Formats: sequence, C-alpha cells, structure tokens
Amino acid sequence: MQEHIFKQYDAELEAVRSKVLEMGSLVEQQIQDALDALVGANPKLAKSVIKKDHQVNALEVQVDEDCSHIIARRQPTAGDLRMVLMMIKTITDLERIGDEAAKIARFAVKATEGDRLLTPRFVEIKAMANTAREMLHMSLDAFARSDATKMLEIARMDEEVDEQYQAAIRQLITFMLEDPRTISISLEVLFIAKAVERIGDHAKNLSEYVVYMVKGKDVRHISMEEKELEAMQP
Amino acid sequence: MNNATTPIKAESRNLNFFYNGGMHALKNVNMPLYENKITALIGPSGCGKSTFLRCFNRMHDLYPGNKYQGEIVMHPDNTNILEHGVDPIEVRMRISMVFQKPNPFPKSIYENVAYGLRVRGESNKRMLDDKVEEALKGAAIWNEVKDRLQDLAFNLSGGQQQRLCIARALATDPEIMLFDEPTSALDPIATANIEELMSELKEKLTILVVTHNMQQAARVSDYTAYMYLGELMEYADTNTIFTRPSRKETEDYITGKFG
Repeated sequence: MQEHIFKQYDAELEAVRSKVLEMGSLVEQQIQDALDALVGANPKLAKSVIKKDHQVNALEVQVDEDCSHIIARRQPTAGDLRMVLMMIKTITDLERIGDEAAKIARFAVKATEGDRLLTPRFVEIKAMANTAREMLHMSLDAFARSDATKMLEIARMDEEVDEQYQAAIRQLITFMLEDPRTISISLEVLFIAKAVERIGDHAKNLSEYVVYMVKGKDVRHISMEEKELEAMQP
Repeated sequence: MNNATTPIKAESRNLNFFYNGGMHALKNVNMPLYENKITALIGPSGCGKSTFLRCFNRMHDLYPGNKYQGEIVMHPDNTNILEHGVDPIEVRMRISMVFQKPNPFPKSIYENVAYGLRVRGESNKRMLDDKVEEALKGAAIWNEVKDRLQDLAFNLSGGQQQRLCIARALATDPEIMLFDEPTSALDPIATANIEELMSELKEKLTILVVTHNMQQAARVSDYTAYMYLGELMEYADTNTIFTRPSRKETEDYITGKFG
C-alpha cells in the first residue's frame, strides 16, 4: 500500500492494526485453552483463561481510544476511514469472543471441581468447536492480508456450525428424556455449545468487516445468494 | 440525493480550455451541476479546478488569446454560455462569483451591494434599498451592518467582508454561484459562518465551489469532483467519494497519499 505524505499517520494506523491483530491472536489462544481445559479437565488452565480475559478487555479499550484519536486528528477518508471503522467493530466482536472463551472456561472449572467430567458429552460439540475456531483463524488471517475473498467460505462454515448446534440440541434433548439425571450436565453442554455457536457468528462478522474495509461493500445481513454474487465481484 | 429526480442546472460538455500560449488546461470535461446542490471541485494545485470554475463566469475572456472549446449549457433554456453571441455581462448576472480573498470595492457597504444593480441600470432608490437589504439578509450580514450601511466596506472584518461579497453576488439574483476558495483567508469561525451560509443559499440557487480543504468539500457539498492534470478523474456524490472512491488516484489524493 502506498504511504501517506504524513509518515506519522502511517505509523499510527499500523500501530492500531497491530494491536487488533495482537488482540485477535490472544482471543484465539483463549478459545484454544478454554476448550483444552474442558476436554482435558484441567482447572488450572481454565482459571488462567478466566484471568487473562482482562487483557482482552484492556486491548479493546486501547484500540478504541487509538481509533478515536485518529478520527479526531487525521479525519481519515476512503480506505483509511473504512479500516478505522472496521477495527472499531472488529474489537467489539473479538471482545465478545473473549467473553465466550471465559464462559467455557468457567464451565470447565465447575465441571472438574464438581468431579463431573464433561468429556463424554463434549464429543457432540467437538466438531463445531473446531469449525468455529478455524473460522476465527481465517477471518483474522483475511484481515491481516486485506483479503476479501474468504467471506463466502466463512459464511458457509457458519451455516455448518449452526446446523451442528441444532443437531447438538436434538441430541442433548434425547439424553435428557432418556435419563433425567443427565439434565444438569446436558444443560451445561448446551451452554457451551451455544458459546461455540456465538463464536462462529462473531467470526463471520469479522470476515464481513474485512470485505467492507477492502471493497467498501456492506455484506452484513444479506442472503447467501447475494453473498455468492458479491464474492464474484472484483 | 437521487440523480434521476434532481434536475441539472448546468453542465459542461466536452469542455477544453487553452490558455494563451497553448497550455491545455482542461481536457474534455463533462460534468453536471445539479440544481440546488453544492458541487465541490477538489484536486492538487494546477489541476484545472479554478480554470474550470472560471469558465462558468467567462472570466477567461478578460485575457486575450485564451480559447474555449466545447460547451457549458445552462438549463432550462439550453443556453451555451460559451457561444460567441452570448454577452459575458449577461452570463455574470446569472452566474456570479465569490473569490478567495474578500474583495469589496472601495465604497460604502451599501454601494458594494448596489453596484451590480446599478450596472444593470437600476436607479430607483426604493428598489435599490429593498434589494440591498434582501441581499445582505441573504448573506447573513444584515444585522451586523444595518446601522452603518454608509461605512466604508474596508472597515468590516475579513469574514464580514466575504459575506458582503456574497451579498454583492446575490444582489443580481443569480442562478448559480461560484466560490473560488471562499474561506482560505478566514478563521475557523468565519469559515463555519460561510459554510452555513452556503448550505442556506443552495435552497435558492446552485453552487460550484473550488476548495483545497478536503474536509470542507466533505462538509458542505452534495457532489464532489476530483480533477487532476486538467481531467475530471472522478465525479460522484460526496458520500461515495469520501468513503469508497472508485479510482485509486482519487483514493490517494483524499487520503493524503498523493506523491
């Protein structure tokens, strides 16, 4: 990308961008650790996830502040403006993903401390957790590379996650009907499944912001068919 | 802001302009001015934006050897104002201009505003009084000067002088007003007053403004044209130009990457 005449402006934009990417990789790690803690019944790891959530929050506050300074002092336009706007939105979604990771970690702590191992049930949501994580990774990568072409694939993966979530609900209902003693644990798994499903939604949002940043097109709240058409546009 | 429903007040068609000496300053410029809208011209120094603006007022006629090609057509009467038979004085009655530096005449406030009307042959005192008051009100300066209309215009502040010049331009009931960097000599408050005034004026007439201040273009205009080396590079509604311009050249200029 060509540089601004005012070099300091480039440095400021780049600094915020790096912070957003830093926040992204921190959040990715948080999900990974939360899920590992859940599967491996590792309360120590789960507690460290809960503890680290404030780092995610602190980055959100920092990026917000940096973006407001850039708006006030540089009056960004066109591509710069779109990048600043998308970063402000991106960090909101990243912060929520961080919250979901902390939520999963809290379930992990509860489950292991209550000596109720969730592992046998976790198999139902393992596939969707992997997909959601992959979606987040792809979205962050698309942001880092200013690549608008990943949006469609990520939207399809989100549909997959949604279907897996529905399937998990059906399965859990079956368990609960068969044996009412599993109700409490099934509900916990359900909440975790919901958290994973939300992570997929946020990751999808991120990929849509990237399209706005790169192409100036708003692809939120449009149908899959419209997304397919949009993906064919240069 | 729908192009389909907004009438065009004037448009340039394949407009070329050559300065005395052969410098090709405007190259095939085709651009509409929508009625009751503000169109801003932006671009680096020497890109032809002021040259373009001045064509609308036949300003270039004042120097020999300058040459126009193409048309500037005014609607609804379809007059090509560049045609030889068209009197530049008539054009300037319909299309008036405000300059970068306030340039009041060395006369009283009253006489500055009445000047255009007197040139036109108006001598009825009552009529002149009414017109002067109306123009000064239209330029949002009446309250500040109504008690000292016979004072010398030079005694006003810079921002007041510029509004006086706008009143002078308004007095002949123009259909289009041209602003050539109208606020570059003014402080932020006076600038805000002029910008506010422009958005009031567009209710009555059509405005074309040249500005070096991109934020000003973004603030006041409905449409923005980016010119470079005598060519119209991109023209679109202002929101589009400032959020997603279609040409890289425009993007580089408005984001400050112009090298």
